[in-house]
Amino acid sequence: MIRFILKGIVRDKGRSLLPVIVVSLGVMFTVFLSCWLKGIMNDSFALSANFGMGHLKVMTKAYARESDQMPNDLAFLGTDTLLTSLRTGYPEMDWVSRIRFGGLIDFPDSTGETKVQGPVVGWGIDLFSQSSHEKDRFNLESSLKAGKIHSKPGEALITYDFAHKFGINPGNKFTLFSTTVDGSMSFKNFIVAGTVRFGSSALDRGAVIADLGDLQSALGMENSAGEILGFFKNGNYDNNAATLVCQSFNLKFVNSKDEYAPVMLRLRDQGGLADYMDYVDTIGGFMLFVFVMAMSVVLWNAGLLGGLRRYGEFGLRLAMGEEKKHIYWSLIYEGLLIGTVGSVIGTFAGLCISAYLQKVGFDISGMLKNSTFMMHSVVRASITPQAFYIGFVPGVFSVVVGNALSGIGIYHRKTAQLFKEFEN
Amino acid sequence: MENSAIIKLTNLYKRYTVGNGEFIALKNINLSFGKGEFAGLVGPSGSGKTTLLNIIGSLDIPSDGTAEVMGQSVSALTAKQSAWLRNYHIGFIFQTYNLLPVYNVFENVEFALLLQKMSATDRRKSVMETLEWVGLTDKAKSKPSQLSGGECQRVAIARAMVKRPSIVLADEPSANLDSANSHHIVQTMKKLNQELNTTFIFATHDEKVMQHLDRIIRLKDGEVEQ
Repeated sequence: MIRFILKGIVRDKGRSLLPVIVVSLGVMFTVFLSCWLKGIMNDSFALSANFGMGHLKVMTKAYARESDQMPNDLAFLGTDTLLTSLRTGYPEMDWVSRIRFGGLIDFPDSTGETKVQGPVVGWGIDLFSQSSHEKDRFNLESSLKAGKIHSKPGEALITYDFAHKFGINPGNKFTLFSTTVDGSMSFKNFIVAGTVRFGSSALDRGAVIADLGDLQSALGMENSAGEILGFFKNGNYDNNAATLVCQSFNLKFVNSKDEYAPVMLRLRDQGGLADYMDYVDTIGGFMLFVFVMAMSVVLWNAGLLGGLRRYGEFGLRLAMGEEKKHIYWSLIYEGLLIGTVGSVIGTFAGLCISAYLQKVGFDISGMLKNSTFMMHSVVRASITPQAFYIGFVPGVFSVVVGNALSGIGIYHRKTAQLFKEFEN
Repeated sequence: MENSAIIKLTNLYKRYTVGNGEFIALKNINLSFGKGEFAGLVGPSGSGKTTLLNIIGSLDIPSDGTAEVMGQSVSALTAKQSAWLRNYHIGFIFQTYNLLPVYNVFENVEFALLLQKMSATDRRKSVMETLEWVGLTDKAKSKPSQLSGGECQRVAIARAMVKRPSIVLADEPSANLDSANSHHIVQTMKKLNQELNTTFIFATHDEKVMQHLDRIIRLKDGEVEQ
């Protein structure tokens, strides 16, 4: 009997191909939307993570308490050991040292006297290591307005708005005045390699990006760093995984009284992001819920119509001596089969599209030309474990419910009525 | 021909609620059919022929009175029991053949036996034997869409007969056929009636069918005409 019904399903395109296509499309859109929303959410945190917070950040306990003041006198000394330990212990993450600093930059005129000077914030990042992804995290290539990216130590990028305001061009020299790790005044000369615009007025007002080595040298921080940042290698923040790493790391130092003992914070622990992330998660979840429900209604109706279309066949089967209960359950098993096949195909298709858009992304730079909002110019989808099963909710559940509801008619209608519908 | 009653209808009424009123489809029907009868319910549309066939086929129940089929009152049967009765004892033939279009001739006929959980070997034997009766062995692999109207109705007869039912209920079996095919179909059923002693009850208003019937019961406005 099962073989007989399967033959019917396969041969009757109205019972197999069409519903499978409808379910697959619905599931594909559901999976894709889930990945796309997750990607957009991840993007909205990506800049905060990339510029300042990392997905995880390790600081000394003393530095962490005053981190908004960039207290480099409280920074780590001898970061190599800690970095090696982090890279060995948590290889799923990319660990990098950074120095954040504040200071004054001074541009001299042709006689060596001060032409212009102004306050800046800056980053010392690893620009020249082969394995470093820091240039990508700061999106330097796309943000470049003039000149070039650093090609050698001693070069720096300054923000375009600052440069424009003071008439500074690539190739100009400047001196950075700041304080060393032990509180002395420091001076370091740089050449402007290029100007960049990140699309955030807070950053573009006045910022400097130089190589970590140059900053370590300028601030007397050899083999030191204010912060060690950890990034998930796929570029997407995963709070559960971050929590596990964070708990595991902090457990080792929880009883330490040393002010310079390391402490690790997750992205959501910094800058009041927790509430915002929860809010975005709630809104994203709600949007996904609405979409899944909408798709469920569509697929439910497809199941319902498919079932109603076959009342005639049910009438015949009843006349041949099949029990109503048997027909009803065969309809549900059929929905289960169609829903599962459609969901598998739809999930696969949705994941393929999402994987492509996760890798390549969708370039919206044309829309952001005059935007001052900080966001990536390429938005990407993000495949999460949820994407592998979310489509089965509308795919299987709705079709089965649709078939189950349409099948109720088998019980509600009198047998002779079904028979009559069959005759018509 | 044996005349023990296998269908007995006593003081049978069938009423339907229509709006606030009531429509009486069958009124005080008292009939019995013996084993091997070749009988017909004859009357115009709306006379109650199909309703009566539905009750005999345990697809419906009477509003009043009793309908006993194979010694069992159709009103007292559970859904499972009435399905069992149809499965093992009653075959249906319809005006529009109602073959399942995605299955071939063999599979359409085999369907009735699948419900009886017969082994594949026995099914094949029974189906081929039945197709031979109706002269369609060479069309076993054909789909209904590849058959003529007469051939389709012969498949429907084979489907009804393959399980060797005691009763075959045929509702306007010749309505969609030309006279040659109509004659051939009725001849086929008559032959099966004689060879297998199966009771055939027709609902018809086709004169060509009527002339082959051993017994004619005329219905008018839900009543048997005396």
